[in-house]
Amino acid sequence: MDISIHTTFLPHTDPGASLAFYRDTLGFEVRKDVEYNGMHWITVGPAGQPGTSIVLTPPAAAPGLTDDERRTIAEMMAKGTYAMIILATADLDRTFERLQASGADVIQEPTQQPYGVRDCAFRDPAGNHIRINELR
Amino acid sequence: MRAVSRWAAILNRLPAGCWATPVRRGTIAPVTSRSTPAQHLRDLARLRRVRDRIDRDYAQPLDVEALARGANMSAGHLSRQFRLAYGESPYSYLMTRRIERAMALLRRGDLSVTDVCFEVGCASLGTFTTRFTELVGMPPGAYRRQGAPETAGIPPCVSRQVTRPIRNREAPVTDPPLD
Repeated sequence: MDISIHTTFLPHTDPGASLAFYRDTLGFEVRKDVEYNGMHWITVGPAGQPGTSIVLTPPAAAPGLTDDERRTIAEMMAKGTYAMIILATADLDRTFERLQASGADVIQEPTQQPYGVRDCAFRDPAGNHIRINELR
Repeated sequence: MRAVSRWAAILNRLPAGCWATPVRRGTIAPVTSRSTPAQHLRDLARLRRVRDRIDRDYAQPLDVEALARGANMSAGHLSRQFRLAYGESPYSYLMTRRIERAMALLRRGDLSVTDVCFEVGCASLGTFTTRFTELVGMPPGAYRRQGAPETAGIPPCVSRQVTRPIRNREAPVTDPPLD
């Protein structure tokens, strides 16, 4: 079978701030920016991975959500318990320094983990948990 | 007798619930004001930063006062709000993280229980052992002898989650029914 992972979604709370993070700090391309009713859906991805993207979406924009659910999602995002993604890079230390210098919230410095990976972790501006693995 | 019955006559004419309720109602202002939704989310984000700092510095002694100062709150307010948001106090959360890390180090098998205790930032072997046993269900020595569970091969972020000690061994957790 010829199926690949194409797109994943991460919510944002401020399109400008998230763009600054993914485009300027992480160095991703901005592939699309769809605006509707003041809301933005922004497709980003690394230049070296044209076939896989992250779409930064307004939180809880899907129809069929109750107000309670919307509030819960907003609270979980603020508390940092909502969404997570793992990225990877060959140069973890340099990436960590760049992210730290940009003022992003650090969750964890580069650490050798017992599960066999060296990784670090940050928050993006919306509070999403961004882990970065070191490629060996 | 007549004085008593005069009082009884007056009392009988008063509304029934009169004595049960305070004389002045609605004059005591709420002690904590309700924050707007936006402020509430900002407060939650502050708590998240505190939690991330606890995570980042898990091997350091916990200084709730310093954490609270960094978040512009009193230590008491921080502890209360943290517990409301995350279900456990900052200290309890920190111990859970330390025990989690200790489980991983013990599974490796090359460090003694005492070494692991100090490696994860616990100052007291007794406290560490008690807390470990409470959360994991067996003492650290027994866990170390048990060796690595079958988590090899599953994604790291899932491995971290499934080997996390279960908080509700010691605190009741109410699960909503699924049906």
